[in-house]
Amino acid sequence: MSEEKLPLLKVRDLHVYYGAIHAIKGITLEVWKGEIVTLIGANGAGKSTTLNTIAGLLKPRQGSVALDGMPVGGSGASKMVYQGLSLCPEGRRIFQQMTVRENLEMGAFSRPNEEIAGSLEEMFQRFPRLKEREKQIAGTLSGGEQQMLAMARALMSRPKLLMLDEPSMGLAPILVDQIFEIIQELHRSGATILLVEQNAQMALSVADRAYVMETGVISMSGPAAELLQNDDVRKAYLGN
Amino acid sequence: MMIFLDNLINGLSLGSIYAIIALGYTMVYGIAKMLNFAHGDIIMVGAYIAFCGLQYWNLPPVVAMLMAMVVCTLLGITIEGLAYRPLRQATSLAVLITAIGMSYLLQNLALMIWGANPKSFPGTFINSFTLHLGRLTISSATLITILANVVIMIALTLFTSRTKIGKAMRCVSEDRGAAQLMGINVNRTISITFAIGSALAAVAGVLLCSSYPILQPTTGSMPGIKAFTAAVFGGIGSIPGAMLGGILLGVIEIFGKAYISTALGDAIVFAVLIIVLLVKPTGLLGKPVREKV
Repeated sequence: MSEEKLPLLKVRDLHVYYGAIHAIKGITLEVWKGEIVTLIGANGAGKSTTLNTIAGLLKPRQGSVALDGMPVGGSGASKMVYQGLSLCPEGRRIFQQMTVRENLEMGAFSRPNEEIAGSLEEMFQRFPRLKEREKQIAGTLSGGEQQMLAMARALMSRPKLLMLDEPSMGLAPILVDQIFEIIQELHRSGATILLVEQNAQMALSVADRAYVMETGVISMSGPAAELLQNDDVRKAYLGN
Repeated sequence: MMIFLDNLINGLSLGSIYAIIALGYTMVYGIAKMLNFAHGDIIMVGAYIAFCGLQYWNLPPVVAMLMAMVVCTLLGITIEGLAYRPLRQATSLAVLITAIGMSYLLQNLALMIWGANPKSFPGTFINSFTLHLGRLTISSATLITILANVVIMIALTLFTSRTKIGKAMRCVSEDRGAAQLMGINVNRTISITFAIGSALAAVAGVLLCSSYPILQPTTGSMPGIKAFTAAVFGGIGSIPGAMLGGILLGVIEIFGKAYISTALGDAIVFAVLIIVLLVKPTGLLGKPVREKV
């Protein structure tokens, strides 16, 4: 995938507990620069837990996360974005009572003020709908627009790695298509993306590589195109 | 008519003090999601510090006031860091009880340091002139109190809507997890909130004692409770709500005492609160909390 020797993201033997429940049981995965890697699996398999742990929202009991060869984590979620990790969380979690513009500005909280205007322009070009709604209170946007806003907000920090958690959740099929088109566009412009999705069909069709998660462990991995043809995957996640 | 206007101005003045205290309650509640019942006692500490500055060290009034603000700011940050921060993940009941404990701790410390005898707050502080408008007289303390309230309101509105830290506060208030993902340091933001709230409490303490000059360790309790009421009345978590709630509460209290019954003044205040909450449980300007599914 890349000439560089180190993967951009390297997760090694991650173990996460919710109290006594062993939710993630030793996950190892890597993402190379410029790749879209997807993490698919059923409800409760631990996909979001994995992302939240990489983002620093949850503390692993064991294992390590390294970005560009540098260990990250242990210092809390608010430090992650300074190191180049940006998570667009499940359920979008935009700031409902702030305007679209303010949401985007908050996305660039980690960056110097004078750089914000340029990135704002860039986002408005990529997401013209957001430009139209610049001064609107974010809570009044439609679901699809809110998802776009959440993704744009996550991009405002200029992350080395963008993590998307269920971007298609709760959206009408036509909007799901739109969101995935945006993901592919981001890919073409060189972004590195770790994508968690329940919509395995869509996720596998845009991704370079995929990991299949089952109750806290990775059960399969490989090029997305191969997994898309794999009988077990088809039966379990693609419904045929 | 003159009496009515007199009462109205007194009500606005008292209400302004409640409003300034209520701002501290409402900001801390909005951002840290806790009721800081020690807030009223920070008012008392602020008043004592200003009292010491004026009475014992003969400091100019403005310096005494600034000193009270600095001490209260540091006190607020310390209380938050030592008592509340370790309980960030604890149940809200544990935090509430800690806050009540902190309130008694501050009162008893004041008792130790300054004794139980009420002190008479130096009247010279802001009672320098009286304004005569026809037959209406307005003391400078009243004018300064109302003016201070307006200035604080405008400053806070600008702060939360324009500055990076102010916006970060709104983010933390809305969604702590998402705020962290933006790179916002939640602990630091909560610390700053306590600092601002406590500095405002110091201002309120000095204004309160300039109009009602009896200073004792329990001085902050009743205004604290009433300001909390004002914050709930206006919609807790909302800055304009705290302002509106505070002013209305002050006006209702003064009118209640003047026209209905002096003895029942406080009862009337709380009766109004109960009625408002029955009709509009989120308070006058409070937004209903949408439960996430």
